[in-house]
Amino acid sequence: MHLGRVLGSVVATEKAPGLEGIRFLIVQPLDKRSRPRGETLVAADAVSMAGPGELVYFVASREAAEALPEPFVPVDHAIVGIVDDVHLEEE
Amino acid sequence: MKVGKVAGTVISTINIPLLEEHRLLLCDVHDLDGIPSGYTIAVDVVDAGVGDTVLILDEGSSARQILGLDRGAIRAVVVGIVDQLVVDGQVRAIS
Repeated sequence: MHLGRVLGSVVATEKAPGLEGIRFLIVQPLDKRSRPRGETLVAADAVSMAGPGELVYFVASREAAEALPEPFVPVDHAIVGIVDDVHLEEE
Repeated sequence: MKVGKVAGTVISTINIPLLEEHRLLLCDVHDLDGIPSGYTIAVDVVDAGVGDTVLILDEGSSARQILGLDRGAIRAVVVGIVDQLVVDGQVRAIS
């Protein structure tokens, strides 16, 4: 799982079966110090509460669909939590 | 599995239900020279602490097996605390 920042949302009317009712958010992956790292991606919002500007963590690959009510859907990234704080050891 | 070092903890109150009961560790993933090559957020099942060198599993089906789940969106789990690393017959320092 990795940290990400929600940048916005994606609205799609025509979707593959199983994706109805799922919110899709644009996420910028972050490094451990919450700095942008890598390309933005679209993730399903499994907590149904994440919004733009929020720090979240997400799961990738097959396990992303496991976060949703129906686990056999074509989803490769899912937001599984909203991050309150990251405590890092002083270096 | 990968070798890494616990760099910190992630605090989250709004989660999918499965993750509410687990402690989350932010772990640097290391190469064999101890150089970080990235990081991952992993569920802790061995009570690892910040600064510990750990063994990190990053595969969903094994993660579910360890946690006793039929399904669940968990992939990365800290499954061991490393005491010693030997590479090419040489003991590598665990810092």
